Amino acid sequence: MNPLRRKVYMVAGYNTVSMGTGRKEFNPKKERPGLEYYIKEAGQGTLKQIGGAGNVDECVIGNFIAARFNKQANMAAFFPYIDEGLRYKPAVRVEGACATGGLALMTGIKSVLAETADVVLVVGVEVQNTVKAIYGADFLAAAGWFQNRKNGHAYFFPGQFSDRAGAYFEKYGREKTRQALARWYRNAIENARLCPTAQEYHNATKDLEAQGLTEPNGKSFVDHLNVFDCSKVSDGASAIAIISEEGLKRVGIPLTDAIEVAGWGQVADDLTKDPQDRTALSTSKVAVEQALQRAGITRDQLATAEIHDCFTIAGVMAIEAMGFAAPGKGPDFILEGKTARDGVIPFNTTGGLIGWGHPTGATGVHQAVTILEQLTGKAGDAQIIIPADKPYGLSLNMGGDDKTLVSIVYRRP
Amino acid sequence: MSYEERLQNVSVLGAAGKMGSGILLLTAVEMADTSLKPEFKGKSFVLNAIDVSDQALSGLMKYLYVQVQKMAEKKMVQLRQFYSNRADLIENSEIVDEYVRYVISLVRTSTRIESAFDSLLIFEAIKENPELKGKILSSIDTNNPKKPWYFTNTSSIPISEIDKNSGLEGRIIGFHFYNPPAIQKLVELIKGEKTLKELEAFALQYAKNMRKIVVPANDIAGFIGNGHFMRDLLFGMKLVERLSADMPMHEAVYIVNKVTQDFLVRPMGIFQLIDYVGIDVCQYILSVMNARIAGEDLHSDLLDRYAGYGVKGGQFADGSQKNGILQYDKNKITGIFCLKRKEYAPFIDFQDRNDARLGNLPANAPQWKTAIRVKNRDELFSGYFDSLRKTESPGAKLALEYAAESARIANQLVTNGVSHSAENVNTVLLTGFFHAYGPVNKY
Repeated sequence: MNPLRRKVYMVAGYNTVSMGTGRKEFNPKKERPGLEYYIKEAGQGTLKQIGGAGNVDECVIGNFIAARFNKQANMAAFFPYIDEGLRYKPAVRVEGACATGGLALMTGIKSVLAETADVVLVVGVEVQNTVKAIYGADFLAAAGWFQNRKNGHAYFFPGQFSDRAGAYFEKYGREKTRQALARWYRNAIENARLCPTAQEYHNATKDLEAQGLTEPNGKSFVDHLNVFDCSKVSDGASAIAIISEEGLKRVGIPLTDAIEVAGWGQVADDLTKDPQDRTALSTSKVAVEQALQRAGITRDQLATAEIHDCFTIAGVMAIEAMGFAAPGKGPDFILEGKTARDGVIPFNTTGGLIGWGHPTGATGVHQAVTILEQLTGKAGDAQIIIPADKPYGLSLNMGGDDKTLVSIVYRRP
Repeated sequence: MSYEERLQNVSVLGAAGKMGSGILLLTAVEMADTSLKPEFKGKSFVLNAIDVSDQALSGLMKYLYVQVQKMAEKKMVQLRQFYSNRADLIENSEIVDEYVRYVISLVRTSTRIESAFDSLLIFEAIKENPELKGKILSSIDTNNPKKPWYFTNTSSIPISEIDKNSGLEGRIIGFHFYNPPAIQKLVELIKGEKTLKELEAFALQYAKNMRKIVVPANDIAGFIGNGHFMRDLLFGMKLVERLSADMPMHEAVYIVNKVTQDFLVRPMGIFQLIDYVGIDVCQYILSVMNARIAGEDLHSDLLDRYAGYGVKGGQFADGSQKNGILQYDKNKITGIFCLKRKEYAPFIDFQDRNDARLGNLPANAPQWKTAIRVKNRDELFSGYFDSLRKTESPGAKLALEYAAESARIANQLVTNGVSHSAENVNTVLLTGFFHAYGPVNKY
């Protein structure tokens, strides 16, 4: 792999609240802010930290499917709405289903590497509470191959991952796996309770594991997952600046407040093909391997990971794809407490997709913001200890059913 | 005739009314789901929605559209299976639209009774008036050559009596939905002396398909639901009369309503419930029961006095509460009708004084909303009633008196043979009236 031709950093992360059911202020019957509100809040949140719009060379916005949720396209032109100082600057919108945020980051990274920019403003956004979940499921199904929609489940993606869970249960045993899913859920909610912007921040359920063990009901939902196994419908945006060494000087941010992009894996697989093995995330595996290899590190040097737990079962499979556990042993890794915030490698320290929320186009950016906060010691109540010999974090952002993948390794400089 | 064949031509009488519209909705959906089975492809299904007013029928269609859509959204898994062979219907939204269109297409609105002359099953949900019911059912039956079966939604008139007055020879059963039928799980099933066995089996199947909880009641005026409610109402009226020796009557109404709601942990106080059902409907039910039940005075002069001043209750078309004995602003109680001044006295004039008079609720008083979410409530209510007994406040004393009366009424329904068991009475109160606990208990 080619070494990076220049150093690339991320700074000035910002997350809006992940809004949706679970937040006290969320009322589905009342009118709520639209796309532009979230874009503006997140964009301004980052601009304020980097000395304003004048310092920005290029802009990237990640959004999955506003064309359906909000009947809105041409998203790149929202940047001047964030700040007039962004008028006439180059801007682009990228899309890769739920990996949209990761692709937005990659686009920014490549601009810096291409030396067309020293400071790139990256925003990810999705506003999905505009329709009932049953219709949102139609929109989100676009992350799969549309020709499979007819025979798919009413809740298309929960159906896909329910099938994966079913296959996993059959191959490796149901009971322990379900316990691990419930533990994953509990960890996610407990971590979210430490992060004020998390959708589950207000969650006060006492026995989370018992709730997570709710028996799935295929008559009203899917066969192998319950609603607690699924990330919720979210509105939200995240923003971050991707920046060169010169850029850092320009915006006046010290290296201690930055993280460096150490490596990445960006891969795609054939959307029209069913997974060869439903019990494994094979494309995710390639992405993580590439990211670690490019960074020149092993997984044991990671202090934390933000992975794409759109469903609890995806969390289990991601652990195995990353090589932390052998196939079928992911549940043990979780049940032994190794992914908990005081474990060997804390996963999803602000709740991940299940706990923090999943505004699809923003998720990849949110993962980077969380790792930025953790590695720079700015994660507030959610802060974990970053050991001196493990100055790395990794994100894994997945589009569709293991189809479009972005994994990034970050280093504390 | 099979269950499905029986459903091929159905009429609902009073279809635009409060109960009729819900019955029509449930029947339309049941009919649609039956007719969508592959074996019934090509067979015609018709549901006549009969009512006296074109305007009300037009409102009914709007209601149907919204409700069917909501129901479709909730059973998407099943609907995708129904339409699995329709290549043109791919997304959930397309399937919902098609299903709603189909259900609506089964319904024919009509203001003419003749529409029921071809029906095999007729739902009666008209006014609670024995003569009117008898007249309409017999006129249909003499003109309908198919010897149809009848479901009556009467909540008080004995089925045998309607049967006899209409000459139906056992082709009728009491199928008493609770309001609103689309939401309330409870159905009281009442057989008359001659009710056909096959009709009863059909009714049970129909209730099962709609996932209703069936409680059998014997054919005695008022059955279980109104058997309890009307006597509960009369006790409330008597209590108001007693208390008004020491205070203005509207303040006594306030006290009794608050005791029955907050102290007894019910979804609404007794006077709000009377308003919800409608003063005139309550009067009708009482008069039906009073004329048919010996040895009991089921009548309230006080209720008649309110009615005499034009106090009505009931709901607006949008479901919000009309003023009754209580005054409402968007379903929030704001005042109480004062018989002396013949106008509503606003809450603020007397609320604090009477709250102080009642005394505080015990600290462990559950809220109704929270209590109904608790699965096993015995511990909760044992503890609460213990506290009520220990509390010396007038509110607690009135609540205990009221609860004892409610239990007495429930037990009386068993000894008089209206209900087979106290458990059935409890089920009716829990599921039909949304009480958080049954009146017969060990608290």
